[in-house]
Amino acid sequence: MPGPDRETDLTERIESFLSDLKRGGSGTGPLRGSAETARETTALLRRITAQARWSSAGDLMEIIRKEGRRMIAAQPSETTVGNMIRRVLKIVREEYARSRGSSEETDQQESLHKLLTSGGLSEENFRQHFTALKANVIEAINELLTELEGTTDNIAMQALEHIHSNEVIMTIGRSRTAEAFLKDAARKRKFHVIVAECAPFCQGHEMATSLSKAGIETTVIADAAIFAVMSRVNKVIIGTQTVLANGGLRAVNGTHTLALAAKHHSTPLIVCAPMFKLSPQFPNEEDTFHKFVSPHEVLPFTEGEILSKVNVHCPVFDYVPPELITLFISNIGGHAPSYIYRLMSELYHPEDHEL
Amino acid sequence: TKEEKQRLRKEKKHQKKIKEKKDDKEEKPVGAASQPPTQPSQKGDLAPAPAPVPVPASETPALADKPAKSKADLKAERRARQESERASKQGKKGDVGQPVPTSKPKAPPSELQPVVKRLPEHVQVDNPDVLKKLAKKLERQQIPLRSDYGYKVSLFSHLHQYSRKAPLTQQLGIPSTVIHPAIVRLGLQYSQGIVAGSNARSVALLHAFKQVIRDYTTPPNEELSRDLVNKLKPYISFLNQCRPLSASMGNAIKYIKKEISNIPSQCKEEEAKSKLLSCIECYINEKIILAAKAIAKYSIEKISDGDVILVYGCSSLVNHILCEAFEKKRKFRVIVVDSRPRLEGREALRRLVQRGISCTYVLISAVSYILPEVSKVFLGAHALLANGYVMSRVGTSQIALVAKAFNVPVLVCCETYKFCERVQTDSFVSNELDDPDELIVTRKGKTQLEHWQEVPSLGLLNLVYDVTPPDFVDLVITDLGMIPCTSVPVVLRVKNVDQ
Repeated sequence: MPGPDRETDLTERIESFLSDLKRGGSGTGPLRGSAETARETTALLRRITAQARWSSAGDLMEIIRKEGRRMIAAQPSETTVGNMIRRVLKIVREEYARSRGSSEETDQQESLHKLLTSGGLSEENFRQHFTALKANVIEAINELLTELEGTTDNIAMQALEHIHSNEVIMTIGRSRTAEAFLKDAARKRKFHVIVAECAPFCQGHEMATSLSKAGIETTVIADAAIFAVMSRVNKVIIGTQTVLANGGLRAVNGTHTLALAAKHHSTPLIVCAPMFKLSPQFPNEEDTFHKFVSPHEVLPFTEGEILSKVNVHCPVFDYVPPELITLFISNIGGHAPSYIYRLMSELYHPEDHEL
Repeated sequence: TKEEKQRLRKEKKHQKKIKEKKDDKEEKPVGAASQPPTQPSQKGDLAPAPAPVPVPASETPALADKPAKSKADLKAERRARQESERASKQGKKGDVGQPVPTSKPKAPPSELQPVVKRLPEHVQVDNPDVLKKLAKKLERQQIPLRSDYGYKVSLFSHLHQYSRKAPLTQQLGIPSTVIHPAIVRLGLQYSQGIVAGSNARSVALLHAFKQVIRDYTTPPNEELSRDLVNKLKPYISFLNQCRPLSASMGNAIKYIKKEISNIPSQCKEEEAKSKLLSCIECYINEKIILAAKAIAKYSIEKISDGDVILVYGCSSLVNHILCEAFEKKRKFRVIVVDSRPRLEGREALRRLVQRGISCTYVLISAVSYILPEVSKVFLGAHALLANGYVMSRVGTSQIALVAKAFNVPVLVCCETYKFCERVQTDSFVSNELDDPDELIVTRKGKTQLEHWQEVPSLGLLNLVYDVTPPDFVDLVITDLGMIPCTSVPVVLRVKNVDQ
């Protein structure tokens, strides 16, 4: 029968997505880029919207929130999942508001005036039923998907504005966005790229081989040499895992050192980050900020006896404060780190910050 | 001995003249023009052998391969020394009218000497003339020339880059007639990284030289003081080819040469040899072993209970300090930071754990994660440069930078024999390039960079040293006491005056 089948099919898909997330984070499963995760999350949310049973926007949001919490719990460090959920929730709110006929601005903006005068209006419980809501929401989600597909290209298109000839550009680790950015610029300009290998995973090696195959002069250096060569670098262009609400970054470990070295030499630090990486988290949550992987990467088991007497840490991420960043390049253009909070308020509704 | 030295100098000049006739004629030293026949007249006023000249420690003391311009500089140097000698010792004959560039006549010999330096060969690899001269010199000394390996990053085209897999000793015959076997062994140990670390290399060098001196016999009609120095020159070139000399090794070699040249000619061979051996022993004892004790004594004052100390890589001095502090019952724990590709921190980790010190181990990319826990940073140094910069293993400057950002004090521990007269502001002009293949790693069965040589636009860079600016360093602990980074030239001057 169509009903239960669809439901079981849906739950199956959700379960398989969750297990993928769990496996992917520990480094053992297939590594997937954030863009892929974002796309899959959005597709899954679209499916939930289409197949789950709900009658009003409030129900839909509850379902999405519930599934969303499970997804986030599966892999807390993969913030794009949470970001996409919040985007979809905002879409639902918008579509509901549009169906109801009320203008969107009054509902969304939080202002001190509103808080004082209209206490009752924000008690929106989204209980009204609109028949066209489902179709509208699915259409909006499709638009979101199209936007996601074009992010890397949109960022890469801006490359020529920022890179001139004969520059020495530094990067760290492997970022698909930064890679596309540099390759796009390399079609027209000649420049030199220095890649810091980013131990212990050494993803910089992959980045370097890929860039050199595109004809870019690439040099691989060890992490320890970042400050030593920084005096010769004109720009630092990196990708990141997450952009935090204060404009700081959660990026691969070693990025903070790179940012400090760039600041010392007054070298601009440019972060290529698509909008779906913007997350309403702040860096103060100490226990959820860092993620650690097996210390075997750092001190292998072959070292023998000393292993039992030594503490070994292998953090994956670094926090980079917003003062060290010069520019964010996203699919909607370039921004200063001080503007991020504004973008955040346009992308997500404040009530969705805590799912 | 004065006559002997004059004769020696005459011979050398004669040889050089035969080889470089044209260059002689072109160059007229600036402050001392009007002296085409200077050579004969100069010898009368010449100071003792050039060993105590403040030549930068990392240079190979090669006479035949310097470009013509710096021969003029050397003349100017000698003139300055003459002046000061004349003022302090005997009144010599003639040449009063020689203008002296900058030194004051009554000043002690080390005051404001025009420090003009020959550019060492190992930073002029992109100059084909220098390479040719080096090849000729090595041929004369019968030492094989080591060839560069792999694609060199353009920023570093002025430096050598050798491969570990092709040690120089493969090209030597067995037994080598020119080079003493102890030196051959030492060279191989250097080039393969078996003996690494500034102190270890110097001590190994001095021990090898002791062996050389023990096996040395003066040939007939030769003087020990002159001949032994000449014997040592090919060895030094060979070691330089195996691995560029460090600042501490350069200072040690200068000391040995000075001691050898100061041996009076009437001294019997056995006596002279035992004197030299005891000098070397004394040097090792004073400058390395006792200095380490003194530095440990000062450093222990800086370590308090409950400290969390960060160290980088494997510095024998810092390890010694930590072990001593642990013996003195200070309660602290250590964080060892390590970096690819050398991974020297593991050795330090083993040594500290063996003593019972509680340790944590991270890679250098995690240093900004671990720094909030740290209360002090102890770093070792390879050399301290005259402008206050600290030359040390690559990555040290990074650690100092991040420590500064987190407001953690940075202390550098360094013996005074590693102080060096060179000045340097960045890590490019003079550095050492290690084998680039060491950056290659196999993870999960895939080696990404395996065929890097075939990709034309891909280069690997494996730097060995970097320089840390003095504003990142809070204190330098030496055997003379605790000094700020900027006091290094003061110590150097004091040392020169003593000598």
